[in-house]
Amino acid sequence: MLGLAVALFSLGLLGVIVRRNVLVMLMCMELMLNGVILSLVTFAQQTATTVGAVLVFLIFVVATAEIALAIPIVLLLVRDKRTLDIGAYTDLKG
Amino acid sequence: MIESLLLNLDNLLLLLFAMCALVGAVLTIVLRQPMRVALALISTMVFLGGIYGLLGVHFIAAFQVLIYVGAVMVFMVYVIMLLEVREHEGARYSKLVLPGLIGFVLLVGTIGISVWSGLPPAVVAKDASTGAAFGITKFSVAFLNEYWLHFELTSVLLVAAVVAALAVIKVSRRGKHG
Repeated sequence: MLGLAVALFSLGLLGVIVRRNVLVMLMCMELMLNGVILSLVTFAQQTATTVGAVLVFLIFVVATAEIALAIPIVLLLVRDKRTLDIGAYTDLKG
Repeated sequence: MIESLLLNLDNLLLLLFAMCALVGAVLTIVLRQPMRVALALISTMVFLGGIYGLLGVHFIAAFQVLIYVGAVMVFMVYVIMLLEVREHEGARYSKLVLPGLIGFVLLVGTIGISVWSGLPPAVVAKDASTGAAFGITKFSVAFLNEYWLHFELTSVLLVAAVVAALAVIKVSRRGKHG
């Protein structure tokens, strides 16, 4: 299970690096979070402690807040540029 | 034959779910259309929920399906359908895919080696299905007795998220008028 968690996290990271679509990048971030949650659940279950499960709950809340903030930002960006391509937002480099 | 299969049913199901989750994760990166990516990710999350159920933490499995699939991914699918920007003739991957891949391999290799050598051997060697499961009673008692401060802090975080979302909406209104 730890191997699966590592695989999910690295696949998500790879997706964030190589994909162009903003929404797909957001979904790959969710995949990374899922890998972390799987590792926490595995540790909590191996050691039979509740700390990991509590942390999983906090991660659920953080993921919900993150997606609730990221989606309006993506909507604003798309309304501005009319595209989902991450390459169009190079003027955000500052 | 059948008895040994039934005895190992938990491990077999665990392996099957892990394989399916891995396939869904690979499809998340490979597929082109955002809606198909979302469906692959949803299937990955459902299979992860099944893994949590098999590991004995049923309430986390329920919350995985309820919160992730039921709330976050439905929100995501809704936004994909709302935007509906048709631009599939463009490249699927970024122009920097080769340097990105090299950097990714280096990063994951470094972190993986350093973390793996730092883990105690008992954690690595232990089988996933040997640990003891704990019910929601133990969890909720520990949650509200020891971690009430963190619980309150998450509510502060949620309030901050609501305020930030309102600020984002205000920015968009100002952009529309000005």
